[in-house]
Amino acid sequence: MEAIILQILNGLDKGSAYALIAMGLTLIFGTLGVVNFAHGALFMVGAFCAVTLSRILTLSHEVVDPTRTDFLGNPLKVDVPYAYDWFGQATGDAIIDWAVPLSILFAVPVMIIIGVVMERGLIKHFYKRPHADQILVTFGLAIVLQEVIKYFYGANPIPTPAPQAFASSMDMGAALGFEAGQIIYPIWRLVYFVFAAIVIGCVFAFLQFTTFGMVVRAGMADRETVGLLGINIDKRFTIMFGIAAAVAGLAGVMYTPITSPNYHMGMDFLVLSFVVVVVGGMGSLPGAVLAGFLLGVIEAFASLPQVLDVLPGLNQIIIFLVAIVILLTRPRGLMGRKGVMEE
Amino acid sequence: MTDQTEQHATSAAPAASSATQSSTKVLGLGPKDFKLMFLVVVLTMAAPFLLNPFPEGSAMAQFNAGYPDLMQRFVIFGIFAIGFNILFGLTGYLSFGHAAFLGVGSYAGIWMMKLLTMNVIPAIVVSVAVAGVFALIVGYISLRRSGIYFSILTLAFAQMSYSLAYSVLTPITGGETGLQPKVADPRILDGALEAGASPRANLFGLEMGAGFEWQVGNWLFTFNAGYYVAAVVMLVAFYLSIRIFRSPFGMMLRAVKSNQQRLSYTGLSPKPYTLAAFVISGMYAGLAGGLLVAMDTQVGAERMFWTASGEVVLMTILGGAGTLIGPVLGAGLIKYMENILSKINKDILHEWFFFLPDGFENLMVELVYPFIGKGWHLTLGIIFMLVVIFLPGGLVEGGQKIAGMFKRGKDADASKTTPAE
Repeated sequence: MEAIILQILNGLDKGSAYALIAMGLTLIFGTLGVVNFAHGALFMVGAFCAVTLSRILTLSHEVVDPTRTDFLGNPLKVDVPYAYDWFGQATGDAIIDWAVPLSILFAVPVMIIIGVVMERGLIKHFYKRPHADQILVTFGLAIVLQEVIKYFYGANPIPTPAPQAFASSMDMGAALGFEAGQIIYPIWRLVYFVFAAIVIGCVFAFLQFTTFGMVVRAGMADRETVGLLGINIDKRFTIMFGIAAAVAGLAGVMYTPITSPNYHMGMDFLVLSFVVVVVGGMGSLPGAVLAGFLLGVIEAFASLPQVLDVLPGLNQIIIFLVAIVILLTRPRGLMGRKGVMEE
Repeated sequence: MTDQTEQHATSAAPAASSATQSSTKVLGLGPKDFKLMFLVVVLTMAAPFLLNPFPEGSAMAQFNAGYPDLMQRFVIFGIFAIGFNILFGLTGYLSFGHAAFLGVGSYAGIWMMKLLTMNVIPAIVVSVAVAGVFALIVGYISLRRSGIYFSILTLAFAQMSYSLAYSVLTPITGGETGLQPKVADPRILDGALEAGASPRANLFGLEMGAGFEWQVGNWLFTFNAGYYVAAVVMLVAFYLSIRIFRSPFGMMLRAVKSNQQRLSYTGLSPKPYTLAAFVISGMYAGLAGGLLVAMDTQVGAERMFWTASGEVVLMTILGGAGTLIGPVLGAGLIKYMENILSKINKDILHEWFFFLPDGFENLMVELVYPFIGKGWHLTLGIIFMLVVIFLPGGLVEGGQKIAGMFKRGKDADASKTTPAE
């Protein structure tokens, strides 16, 4: 029992990332009908928003510390972050410590702007072109985004720690009433899961309970009719693209303490996220979320030592195997809508 | 059946059928195709001269691409891209997993070298065969879906092969270290190696690394045996691709691309044709993999990573999908950038902009530097996006447009290649 719960927990954090990215992909696909290969790059850009903010917060200037001396006997020069000057030492430390969560505030506007610029500047011109062209141009864009990030931040992973309060692990077993010491789980991963659930819930609520969301859903069902009713559906879809980009960016921001961001992390996630979208069913938001968590958990179970003894290497290929089986038996995916992407 | 396809051919593409019907066929090629083939033969054979236009020691010598390693890559990845183009250019099925076939071919080739002989012929033949069988399996399953689903399925298969080669299949693939022929390998057809000799790939005794250098004035030309072997194979592969493009079979593949439904309504199933195209292009990839092994006798799993699959997509689209010569041009361009552009560093840039005043010189260097050296991928990505946006027919279409500007009004149909549609 403990082992099963542990694997489910292990699957949830990766599954959350898959679900967030896959949901963004589906939003873009469902509204604009575009297959966005640059979505992984948006995830990566989000992660680098966190890196950028933590660098901005730790910007410092040199101050001579009269009380201490270095080994030559000269007064020691210490770097003092500007944050100390403005907020005092304690608050400054706290702000720097909480750089990653704070980056959410920074990343949302940045990602929405990037998304809207991307849609208006590039993707708009590809609605009428074949899906292959859309894949290719966004693939090219992903390369460009990656290389720009690589130029500014270098090719090495940049460690970006979580706030001290969340950096340790907690004993989930004791909390859930099992024997202590059986289920040890890093707190940040739990935070990531909760965060993902909140973001997913917000997006669903936004689509379900606001007028804007209702119009968008109507547009997804029948764009032409909505347009004929005198509603500027293009504008709303552009905003949805921005929101999808922001969701991917947020997924990236919060993922930085789990994996140190590097410039190609997005592509690694993208490949799997596409599989997730296809398994969930092209154009189905609940399908994408469900498939994201499902595949994350399945992957975690396939990594159990007992499983690997019987079928070595299963954890490496399980997601693809599941995808192949699902695509061949249920061509529309788990919850795919009829008539979406069926040439 | 054949009558039907012939009719299809004549009605659907007058340009191609006029080539097949014309009386002056040489080697089964129409006059235009023969001219193209002849041009490619001359260019590949004279490549050691043509790619070395700058004298040794001059400032421009770094742009010389006439060294064996790079020339081999040009032709081998040319083969890879030609094969990919038979699938994508003709049928429109976008495979994102073609590197798997290249990798499988490479592994098959290296095992022939380890077990049988260092002669490259069995290695290449077996790598083509094994890649073909693998492509048959993958294609049979993947081709049950089309569009984005097909891309994802091929991607899934390729990533699976990559992960397996990296982890579980380590006894066969060498895992992270990869494989290379060792002195202790059995090699049942070869005699025992002389003491201290290392196994080298050869063609009936002609070593792939062998070659001679020819000094003319300041120019140094290298003629490498391996390059010429690969080049001849590439020419054969190119010839076959022309024949496929002009055949009734090629017409059927174009029909699959333009309208599958209509094809089905005429009572024909597209499946056998697409599967055949998939297997052929997989075999081309295997051939490229076998040749890669024949040239540098080593394999690593990273050859199958999906970025390698993405690279061949880039090559084909850059050059021009559906054109005959496009993929080869695209492969050449990317490999040239990868090997030449990436070597330029800041010092060289400072030399280039030496004539400018200092401030301007530094500014220019700062402006240009992100796009070259380590940043060559950025240039590639930008070029690729521009091509997809403005030139869906790739560089070939660009060339045709430019050529059309010069002889406007003369003969609009004088372009040397016919796009697929």
